[in-house]
Amino acid sequence: MGGVMMNKIAHFIKSFTLWELLKGLSVTGRYLFKTKVTIQYPEEKTPMSPRFRGLHALRRYANGEERCIACKLCEAVCPALAITIDSEEREDGTRRTTRYDIDLFKCIYCGFCEEACPVDSIVETHIFEYHFEEHGSQVMTKEMLLEMGDKYEKEIAANREADAKYR
Amino acid sequence: MIEYTPDFLINFWNWFPVDAQTVAIILGKIVLILLPLILSVAYVTYAERKVIGAMQVRIGPNRVGFFGFRLWGLGQPIADTVKLMFKEVIIPTQANKYLFLIAPILSIGPALAAWAVIPFDRGMALANVDAGLLYVLALTSIAVYGVIIAGWASNSKYAILSALRSGAQIVAYEIAMGFALVGVLMASGSLNLSAIVEGQAGGMSSWYFIPLFPLFLVYFISGVAETNRAPFDVAEGESEIVAGFHVEYSGMAFALFFLAEYANIILISALTALMFLGGWLSPFEGFTFLEGTMFEFLRETSLIWFLGKTSFFIFCFLWFRATFPRYRYDQIMRLGWKVFIPITIIWIFVEAVMMLAKVGPWAV
Amino acid sequence: MTFIDLNFYFFSALLLAAALGVIASKNPVHSALWLVLSFFSCAALWLLLEAEFLGIVLVLVYVGAVMVLFLFVVMMLDINIEEMRKGFVRYLPIGALVALILAAQMIWVVGPIGPDILDDESLKQAVRHGADYSNTKELGRVLYTEYVLPFEIASIILLVAIVAAISLTLRRRKNTKYQTPSKQIQVKRDDRLRIVKMDAEAKE
Repeated sequence: MGGVMMNKIAHFIKSFTLWELLKGLSVTGRYLFKTKVTIQYPEEKTPMSPRFRGLHALRRYANGEERCIACKLCEAVCPALAITIDSEEREDGTRRTTRYDIDLFKCIYCGFCEEACPVDSIVETHIFEYHFEEHGSQVMTKEMLLEMGDKYEKEIAANREADAKYR
Repeated sequence: MIEYTPDFLINFWNWFPVDAQTVAIILGKIVLILLPLILSVAYVTYAERKVIGAMQVRIGPNRVGFFGFRLWGLGQPIADTVKLMFKEVIIPTQANKYLFLIAPILSIGPALAAWAVIPFDRGMALANVDAGLLYVLALTSIAVYGVIIAGWASNSKYAILSALRSGAQIVAYEIAMGFALVGVLMASGSLNLSAIVEGQAGGMSSWYFIPLFPLFLVYFISGVAETNRAPFDVAEGESEIVAGFHVEYSGMAFALFFLAEYANIILISALTALMFLGGWLSPFEGFTFLEGTMFEFLRETSLIWFLGKTSFFIFCFLWFRATFPRYRYDQIMRLGWKVFIPITIIWIFVEAVMMLAKVGPWAV
Repeated sequence: MTFIDLNFYFFSALLLAAALGVIASKNPVHSALWLVLSFFSCAALWLLLEAEFLGIVLVLVYVGAVMVLFLFVVMMLDINIEEMRKGFVRYLPIGALVALILAAQMIWVVGPIGPDILDDESLKQAVRHGADYSNTKELGRVLYTEYVLPFEIASIILLVAIVAAISLTLRRRKNTKYQTPSKQIQVKRDDRLRIVKMDAEAKE
């Protein structure tokens, strides 16, 4: 019984001296002077993992042949139905895409297409700073994707290399 | 200064009737008070973002500056104001149009009018009214109309819920605040704000916050509740009722509510400084050993002391917001009615006994 | 006409207009707001009469507290205005009678009002008080000396009213669950939470 009484008195004193409020204030008061951790974005950037999933690209082999064989695994696995593929037989008898569109408004950048691809053709680059200026420009066509792949092949290859041992 | 003024200006001034001269002088003083006030309101919003940012280990706004210089984001409040000024004021079709537009004016009006009786320094007040304290109390109590009318006129569920919440809250804390002020009145024997400050002369130890410490706490906390600030911001409660009474407001009409809220913060801080921390009096007034040394100027009374004390309380408002989570509504009501009002009544009684027994600072 | 006269006429006109608005507007919320405005104008008039304390207390008590609660109730009511106007003609005679009685009572108390009231000597004698005159102090002195008994009786009546009002609302229904914040805030972590130490289960 005495313990309960003591607890009540302690609680009374604690609440009327605003003890817990002062404790909270001291925490925020201390944080006021801490070194700030903000990254000033356009000037400073956070380090990026080689696995980062940004804009898409279609890669080529070293001899310039496009990797994609129009197996449509990526189209099948895409949870957002962002990929549309049409395919035809090329003159040399290989199976190639005639259309490879990615709707970036639908895409959720999950990276499943990259994982599904048997020939490492469709990949996601580390580019995340982009914008669209008119309707329709959010659809990346095959040409645009191949161009991306040509432009960033070095970095894409380096990123694959860095991540290879965890795959 | 008179002898340097050209004659034609003096003649021009004397040409006006005396009543017009009085009105002109008063208007001039009003501008002198309001301009710095509105400017400080703008920069309190900046200070709030910076302080809360710092307490959350962030930097806060630091981009908008002047003429291409960033200047730690000092241009931010100006940019915000300009943005709000050019935005459209949208009136909901089902709203009560006139009341909808009157509400922001009703909330900013009292917040600015209360400054009429605030003394900034010895003899530096727009109106040295005898019942100054009552006047301030009356004006802070009618500030609730802006909120209630805004809530009702918006014809929105969230707005009306917020209006009800804030109405009940302000009426409840008004009483505790009034009782806390009764203690100050008893100590100073005057309703005049200048007289209250002069009653605290004699250094830090004779400021009212020491003998009236419970009342000081109750007053300041009630002040936080009265201005609908965190942790008593249930009227705004963005996680429950979106933004409360001003959900439907945009543009300048919204800016007026914003202005009123911050003007009220500054007002409550200034009043706390005046009534409990000796306003413009120096904390070192009683330090006689400073006499003759180079620090003697510290004993002077000055506007700077008043501004410093006010700024401290404004900082406390921001500090509270960064620290405490929002109160639950029934706990707010309990705190107001069942804790604060009894505390104030008990302390007024204690004070009365002290005065009768001539103990403490009132051995008159 | 001085500046003060101008103020007087302005606020009187405002007071009358607002009072008219209270009974003329169809929406009860508008009526309540007109009433607020009339209280305000009245307070301004009292200020002009050097009754600062009374004027400010009128704003503080009636505008700041009573009317807020009033507005509260009116806002929550869903009043059908058509329904309210139905019995207007039927109740008109009774209303008129009550109004007449009120007016008669007032005239009886104030005394006969005629054009000669402006020539009344006692009105002309009204003098301005000096700067050191404090209306608040004077009011307090009178209240606690001359009128101490009526004052105390009034306060007792008010106290009874408060107690009655609270006891009327203090009704507990049995099947409703209540929260008690004072108990809730006394709860400690140890009262509710028990941390159990367990060995990790072996892998199958």
